[in-house]
Amino acid sequence: MEHNKKQHQLLSRIATNDGHGENSPYFDGWKAYDSDPYHPTNNPNGVIQMGLAENQLSFDLIQEWVVKNPTASICTAEGVSDFKDIAIFQDYHGLPKFRQAVARFMEKVRGDKVSFDPDRIVMSGGATGAQETLAYCLADPGEAFLVPTPYYPAFDRDLRWRTGVQLLPIVCESSNDFKLTREAMETAYDKAQESNIRVKGLLLNNPSNPLGTVMDRETLQEAANFITEKNIHLVCDEIYAATVFSQPGFISIAEIVQESSMKINPELVHIVYSLSKDLGFPGFRVGILYSYNDSVVNCARKMSSFGLVSTQTQQLIATMLSDEIFVEKFIAESSERLSKRYNYFTRGLSQVGIGSLNSNAGLYFWMDLRRLLKEQTTDGEMELWRVIINEVKLNVSSGSSFHCSEPGWFRVCFANMNDETVRVALRRIRNFVLQDKSAAKKQCRRRSKLEISLSFRRRDDIIMGNVMSPHSPMSSPLVQ
Amino acid sequence: MAIGIDKKSVSLSKVAISDTHGEDSPYFAGWKAYDENPYDETSNPSGVIQMGLAENQVSFDLLEDYLEKHSASSNFGSKSSTFRENALFQDYHGLLSFRKAMASFMEQIRGGRAKFNPERVVITAGATAANELLTFILANPGDALLVPTPYYPGFDRDLRWRTGVKIVLVHCDSSNNFQITQEALEAAYADAESQNIKIRGVLITNPSNPLGATIQRQALEKILDFATEKNIHLVSDEIYSGSSFFSDEFVSIAEILEARNYQEAERVHIVYSLSKDLGLPGFRVGTIYSYNDNVVTTARRMSSFTLISSQTQQLLACMLSDKNFTDNYIETNRKRLRKRYQMIVDGLRKAGINCLDGNAGLFCWMNLSPLLEKPTLECELNLWKKILHEVKLNISPGSSCHCSEPGWFRVCFANMSEQTLQVALQRIHNFMERRNSVS
Repeated sequence: MEHNKKQHQLLSRIATNDGHGENSPYFDGWKAYDSDPYHPTNNPNGVIQMGLAENQLSFDLIQEWVVKNPTASICTAEGVSDFKDIAIFQDYHGLPKFRQAVARFMEKVRGDKVSFDPDRIVMSGGATGAQETLAYCLADPGEAFLVPTPYYPAFDRDLRWRTGVQLLPIVCESSNDFKLTREAMETAYDKAQESNIRVKGLLLNNPSNPLGTVMDRETLQEAANFITEKNIHLVCDEIYAATVFSQPGFISIAEIVQESSMKINPELVHIVYSLSKDLGFPGFRVGILYSYNDSVVNCARKMSSFGLVSTQTQQLIATMLSDEIFVEKFIAESSERLSKRYNYFTRGLSQVGIGSLNSNAGLYFWMDLRRLLKEQTTDGEMELWRVIINEVKLNVSSGSSFHCSEPGWFRVCFANMNDETVRVALRRIRNFVLQDKSAAKKQCRRRSKLEISLSFRRRDDIIMGNVMSPHSPMSSPLVQ
Repeated sequence: MAIGIDKKSVSLSKVAISDTHGEDSPYFAGWKAYDENPYDETSNPSGVIQMGLAENQVSFDLLEDYLEKHSASSNFGSKSSTFRENALFQDYHGLLSFRKAMASFMEQIRGGRAKFNPERVVITAGATAANELLTFILANPGDALLVPTPYYPGFDRDLRWRTGVKIVLVHCDSSNNFQITQEALEAAYADAESQNIKIRGVLITNPSNPLGATIQRQALEKILDFATEKNIHLVSDEIYSGSSFFSDEFVSIAEILEARNYQEAERVHIVYSLSKDLGLPGFRVGTIYSYNDNVVTTARRMSSFTLISSQTQQLLACMLSDKNFTDNYIETNRKRLRKRYQMIVDGLRKAGINCLDGNAGLFCWMNLSPLLEKPTLECELNLWKKILHEVKLNISPGSSCHCSEPGWFRVCFANMSEQTLQVALQRIHNFMERRNSVS
């Protein structure tokens, strides 16, 4: 009986392996948060979620637009006349006005420096679906994509789980700010060759998650040269394109394709996009796959049957993104708010001697806690991380969950909370660091360091006063 | 385009270049003919009438009426936090309110004869995704699912394309109204075994597409017994459950399980969607309901690739939890489909054409085998082309549904107005008259 029970519960290999990726430490912090979530009044000592890259800073602009534009929704009296046509439309090409609006939006986000053909826009179940679809189109089971580290943990699931495709790391290091180099690409490629693994493509994430940096023109060109020479595909995930908040500006692979048709084979280039980060709509599942390769467009379009965007949502998005005045205002305002948050956090941290990678995009920054590690190993990192989760009560993401080769780096999300929570979070980090410092003091640190830490505290009162409200607990004499 | 680069094309994957996507089937060729010359009552009265698309357009007024009356609750309105919360909600469990509404809607369709637990509802973007997802979970590449013929052509893509899983046909024929028999199941299973193909499950569609008929209780019991005996899974695609013409004529596998006290329930999984019963194919609302905890957990994880837009979940949560609305909708929809079915079957009979006795769905299963010169696939396709190009009707040839008997055609009746249906029937009538006068 017991044997029978187990037998008929027998599921496939895909169903029973851990390709779903949920055993990654990336999610352990989420679990800690879920079981003890911060709330300003109900649970002020709870865990603050800083491991979720969501953009919540500009919803007021969206909401204002939604209320002013009732025809965008088929549920309103003004919009219901479209209901039937929208509800029936299941063509996997998608509503033409949806594709046009998305193409135009993508152009605007890139400063109108490139043009996108709406007929090359293919829908998918979020960027998650787009990545998997591309893996299905471009590679056979056992073949591989190269991806620079550190990278978004869920790529492991998206590109590998059901497809059987492999992901091989291109190691990037802090010594040059984690920039992608030709040597690193060659090394990874050669390593694959030696292991008899066929490389079918290079996967880039630009702007980068978790680094928050954008790729400069030389690096992009280097990557373009590399894939053209090796005759492999190039997948560029540009999901954070509109989260660039300061210089240098964003250069899309589309620019390289447009201006360097001599040096890159466009048929090798495919872009992944989504509205989950730039607009803050992860629930709407608007994934976009854009390819310069006709066969890939055709194949991906057929596969999109497995993950089409709800036409109700296509209608809303089409209407919203065709409002060019709104779009321009949104992109500018969102950028500015992200910039403010980024500056607030990074300055607040640098005042207590915590550095982070200089970045200008994304919904997070890449924090450097190497000097707080007891040992410069993954174990050392995980030990520190557990302290941050359990004692400091912040869910930040450990660098190792992003496959970072160097321990001590953490991704800290800052756009998924309100201003008050931001203050609490920063205060907790600063307290933790200062406590750690004073603990170190007792271990016979040199006097000069003590002076530096004291002078940091004096500067606090001046600098923090400019950034925060006079009633902030940070300027309270009780906070040391 | 570019000068100087050696543009040897880099290969795509085997999946990409295979034709398992199925779009070269005649099922789709007819659609193309329609797209090029679509019928319109006023502007193109001699165009092709689309009868190859199983859409339900008979009850839209009920939906529109609901929306007009409830726009505040189903839309975001002016509640500032609602839009934001909704837009951010990407949890693959799906909105609880939506799952509850789906579970209760599914119960209502079955006249309360089965209970559904919202915790077992997994969301997917359409039944297309649900069927593919289940296949990934229940079978390995190279394994197979048993599928009774004739079946929905899309299964060839959904069950096989990216999964690498095979379909082994369970042959059904007109001698017993295409019902699924134990013998047919055994024969198919033995056939697979002899080729060293591992069968992982049976997939039935109930009510059936393309037959337009519900599977009888006895047959369901036998199928479940068969699955139990072979220790394999049973997937029941009940996408047309709300489209049975009489509520008590549809028996869900859920009812069979309930009667058996849920013994062996862990091998059973139900697929559902709102594309047919509610006529909302554009919204991509599919679900997997599994009695197996591992399947629920895994399906949920996999649904990350194919979630339902939270905006749509919100709308439907409101609509489907309104019992007055759903009660009225289900009953009215059944009545209207019944009427359409009667209209087309009567019209066909007057033209000398018989159909399978149907009691559900958005189509009838028409028997044109007497018109074939020879009972061959070639003759069926010739007849199909004639009907497409001369009679200007796009109907689906049985062979595209893997029917082993030539001469049967699926004819959809719910995706057009009554007037258009009358025009179609008139054309068929004229066609049959011409044939009879010639012979």
